Amino acid sequence: MAQVDQAQLFEFLCRMGDNTLVLGHRVSEWCGLAPVLEEDIALANTALDLIGQTQMWLGLAGEVEGKGRSADDLAMLRDVWDFRNVLLVEQPNGDFGQTMMRQFLFDAWHLAVLTALAESSNDRIAAIAAKAVKEVQYHVERSGDTVIGLGDGTSESHQRMQKALNLLWPYVGEMFVTDAVDDAMAKAGIAPDLATLRAAFDTHVGGILTEATLTIPDGKFTHKGGKTGFQHSEHLGHMLTQMQWLQRAYPGATW
Amino acid sequence: MYAQMVKSESADDSAEAKAFQERIDAGEKIEPKDWMPAGYRKTLIRQIGQHAHSEIVGQLPEGNWITRAPTLERKAILLAKVQDEAGHGLYLYCAAETLGVSRDELTEMLLDGRMKYSSIFNYPTLTWADMGAVGWLVDGAAIMNQVPLQRTSFGPYSRAMIRICKEESFHQRQGYDIMMKMAAGTPEQKAMAQNALNRFWYPSLMMFGPSDKDSIHSTQSMAWKIKMNTNDELRQKFVDQTVPQAEYLGLTVPDETLKWNEEKGGYDFAEPDWDEFFEVIKGNGPCNTERLAARNKAWDDGKWVRDGLLAHAEKRAIKKVAAE
Ligand SMILES: [Fe+2]
Ligand SMILES: [Fe+2]
Ligand SMILES: [Fe+2]
Repeated sequence: MAQVDQAQLFEFLCRMGDNTLVLGHRVSEWCGLAPVLEEDIALANTALDLIGQTQMWLGLAGEVEGKGRSADDLAMLRDVWDFRNVLLVEQPNGDFGQTMMRQFLFDAWHLAVLTALAESSNDRIAAIAAKAVKEVQYHVERSGDTVIGLGDGTSESHQRMQKALNLLWPYVGEMFVTDAVDDAMAKAGIAPDLATLRAAFDTHVGGILTEATLTIPDGKFTHKGGKTGFQHSEHLGHMLTQMQWLQRAYPGATW
Repeated sequence: MYAQMVKSESADDSAEAKAFQERIDAGEKIEPKDWMPAGYRKTLIRQIGQHAHSEIVGQLPEGNWITRAPTLERKAILLAKVQDEAGHGLYLYCAAETLGVSRDELTEMLLDGRMKYSSIFNYPTLTWADMGAVGWLVDGAAIMNQVPLQRTSFGPYSRAMIRICKEESFHQRQGYDIMMKMAAGTPEQKAMAQNALNRFWYPSLMMFGPSDKDSIHSTQSMAWKIKMNTNDELRQKFVDQTVPQAEYLGLTVPDETLKWNEEKGGYDFAEPDWDEFFEVIKGNGPCNTERLAARNKAWDDGKWVRDGLLAHAEKRAIKKVAAE
């Protein structure tokens, strides 16, 4: 295995784990409230996969950090500025269409990244990615189909999906922005150079959106700050007040 | 018990009805295409529908804690459990559909109050210990009723019950596991566990419904084997099973009259407040309004999605025909 700065590796693993943690949490907010029973079941499936992936990523992050923090410690006892998820996944659910659009945009990126990570020079990372990639293949198929079905459905569903795309598209760019951590991971063969994944992502996403009769909004503007932790949206803090409440209110208890 | 006070239709005394009853007495399964008395069909639709609705509304009190689960593992287990309940709803709606009523029709009847769901889901879940109490007591009570229903006379219902029962025992175990952690935890956790038991004990006893040993409806349902035991039998069984479990946890069942009765080989226990039960059934439970409002909102908010997906499927089908 190539030598890599352990603090940077920790950072990278938190990014992977926080993305799945935060999105898994958002999806789980739908429990019992989906438009049809089959969607309740499917959303729960997605959330369960993402929570499982979180346990693996943050578990490994804790090991790499070497301070004895577990995946639960990392999930439940860090504050907003220590979270490393992209802004896209912390955006509120909105209506079902907005949830599925967010899911699809993330899934398409997630699949590309995991496919590459399955070839990581780090065996532990490769093993996690190999397991997760199978789950995410299914996620993206399903979210893509739903985006198509609703985009090319009724005029109301079309309008709602276009609105969701307009809202969320400016969050796509952050998933591909690289920094010193990404460069170090790429150099060590641990993770792909994110920039090289963009073209395939655009083709994949563009194809689905065309079939959905939706138009990608103009403009290259990108919201940033989640992945580096510099500046999250206000939404994340509210999510943490729920997610972390029991652990914060009863410190040291086991559940 | 997820189907409470289901009114049974009466049998007729035609030759077909007699032959039908003989098949049931002989332990044969009735399948959807078989002849069946109109009353049997109607009663089953009511019962299976109410059971399905209970699974669906039952997602809400536990869904209330998924976003506050204390660990990733607990969150995953709870989410998987609630997902199972949605699946149970699906199996049961499918079983009801074989009797000629669609899922959408049944849903509409739930949403406008024509059909009921179990009284238990109108109680609030206030602390994490409630996730333990619900699994332990509510799923525990449900199992009491559902295990015998695996032998019910209607084939699709029986098969749905067999699938459901496999998952319910896992639900009860995960609930009891939460209770064990809490009861052995900090003083606050133990207090939470006791508090949950205090609130859920009597509503759980109500799940079996009021005594029906003199009810004509129950007698007919039992003859048709769509009800396997009286409400009192099941309640007694539940109490006898649950009291030692509470003792093992070091928790106190909130019933001062609770006492082992050597002669009957079971506990004597206090009846729940049946006036409260009838109020809950009428819509005056602590959460009736919220539960129905949540289901109605989910259904109304989801309309554009269902319409959109349907419209897309139709467009696809037309394109496919045009291409052929
Ligand atoms: Fe169930
Ligand atoms: Fe249940
Ligand atoms: Fe259950």
